[in-house]
Amino acid sequence: MAADAVAGSRQTTAVGALARKEALWFYVLISPWIAGFILFSGGPTIASAYLSLTHNDPVNWPPTWVGLLNYDVMFRDRLFWKSLQVTTYYTVLSVPLSVGFATFLALILNEKLPGMAAWRTIYYLPSIVTGVPVALMWNWIFQPQFGLVNGLLYDLGVPSSMLPKWLSDPQWAVPTFVIMSLWQFGGPMLIYLASIQGVPTQLYESAELDGASKLRQIWHITLPSISPVIFFNGILAIISSFQVFTNAFVITQGGPNYATYFMVFMIYQNAFTYISNMGYADALAWVLFVIMLAFTAMAFRLQRHWVFYEAVVR
Amino acid sequence: MTVAISPTEKKTVAPTARSLGQQLPFFQRRNVRDGIWIGSLTTFVTFGSFLLLFPVYFMIVTSLKTQGASFLLPMKWFPGIQYAPQWENYGEALKFMKWETAYTNTMVVAVLSMAGDVVSAVLVAYGFARFRAPGKNLLFGLVLSTLMVPQIVRLVPEYLGFSRLGMSNTFWPLILPAWFGSAYNIFLLRQFFTTIPIEMDQSAQIDGAGPMRILWDVLLPQIRPALAVVLIGSFTYNWNDFFRPLIYINSPSLRTAALSLSAFQAVYGGTPFHLLMAASLVNIIPLVVLFFTLQRYFIQGIVVTGVKG
Repeated sequence: MAADAVAGSRQTTAVGALARKEALWFYVLISPWIAGFILFSGGPTIASAYLSLTHNDPVNWPPTWVGLLNYDVMFRDRLFWKSLQVTTYYTVLSVPLSVGFATFLALILNEKLPGMAAWRTIYYLPSIVTGVPVALMWNWIFQPQFGLVNGLLYDLGVPSSMLPKWLSDPQWAVPTFVIMSLWQFGGPMLIYLASIQGVPTQLYESAELDGASKLRQIWHITLPSISPVIFFNGILAIISSFQVFTNAFVITQGGPNYATYFMVFMIYQNAFTYISNMGYADALAWVLFVIMLAFTAMAFRLQRHWVFYEAVVR
Repeated sequence: MTVAISPTEKKTVAPTARSLGQQLPFFQRRNVRDGIWIGSLTTFVTFGSFLLLFPVYFMIVTSLKTQGASFLLPMKWFPGIQYAPQWENYGEALKFMKWETAYTNTMVVAVLSMAGDVVSAVLVAYGFARFRAPGKNLLFGLVLSTLMVPQIVRLVPEYLGFSRLGMSNTFWPLILPAWFGSAYNIFLLRQFFTTIPIEMDQSAQIDGAGPMRILWDVLLPQIRPALAVVLIGSFTYNWNDFFRPLIYINSPSLRTAALSLSAFQAVYGGTPFHLLMAASLVNIIPLVVLFFTLQRYFIQGIVVTGVKG
């Protein structure tokens, strides 16, 4: 097996009784994960693939085999296509915006200003506040009649007929969700901050000598150097953008008029509410999974055009 | 400072804050242009932080109003000056959500899950980082691939499994998975372990330490930043988790805080926003406290590993 290039790791074969003992230790140490894989990830994944070929509701147990019926129904289901459109629209909007926003803020917060450590903490705080209370807060902020945003806009002189209805307006609903997700930039921003600090200063010095302005330095030095990290966060952003649920459930319940009918919400509805056909929910989940993989594969394919890896041959 | 333009020519250049990057202490800036740059940056950062924290300030302000007043325009922003702060909202909100039950439950789930996350991820990551065995790389690839599978795909079978075992409507489904290793934490800790030179393990080994001793005395103390990350991440996730309690918990006595907060939403309008905001702010407090307590490991740690060479 190939040797790791990372310090502190060695090639994975060794010989003799000591080697057997080492291997034993290895398997003992990772046994929790192996058990977990069987119980909570590999097992359920395979089981759900099987279950997607069944009809499974709480009343009739065991699930009855229906073959590809669920998939057949799905591709004719207008709600499915609507949900798919909503979810991909959200991904296409939110991933570039959130990655760009976090990078932008990391660049700004990287500058040496007095008290910058305090600012970084403040900018990080919104991202640890998540979940139901935040969703409800946003609901209040974006309320069309009494909410904060429209109140401010009205005070700034925007006539009330032009005030967007935010979450009550099918056109604005997904963009509003994107804005809400931008508030959670803190985690990725922290990682960008760390990687920006790792860029060697000689590069900046020589660029300064050649007369490069600050912006050019950022564009030609900083961004390419941290592009692997941007890529990493981009992939994570894609994966998580397909899993929007809490805001859709708490605030809009998939509305208005299915404008925020995200896939995970649809799956939840099909599995755990009155519609209950868990087989169909599983089929939906698998289709979502495949689409997610497609987006990720596309991102990997595109990376050679803009991601710069310094030492490693890819 | 003098810089070389070519092998024979030198030039004296004023060392601006920008040209020396991170090495120049702040107060040695030499020209006005830098001053303007720094000034506008500070303004931007300050302004930005107001925008960001505005929603939180808004929550505070609303939590101190009476029920009718939360909706009134023009908005009143200054409790005590523009209106009387209703501190009793907090008591009322907490009573409404039955805070003793909710927070006991949430604490139990969050703390036990956090413990499980750390313990299992440390053990598994240690195995991957320090021990050689056939099939190790394959298994690690498998670990990473599970990161790609969304939770939703595993959800239904997991739910069915737990309910057939009679564990639905208990805390088991919320706590158990954490004790079996989360791929993200394993990956993170494994990367951190591999930054420590193997020679340290080996010298401890020569002194007679067994593998667990090495883990506890040599490796873990150097991994503190990563451990802080795992702790904060796990606790925050479990504290705020809405989806899994929603699915598994049915009885009100087992509700976690996230579920209790959603109970504030009235079906037909008339949601008591002032109470909701108060309860939400109280809910955030433990997370902020934990973050402040651990942040010196956290931010410094990530910075340290970010430095190259």
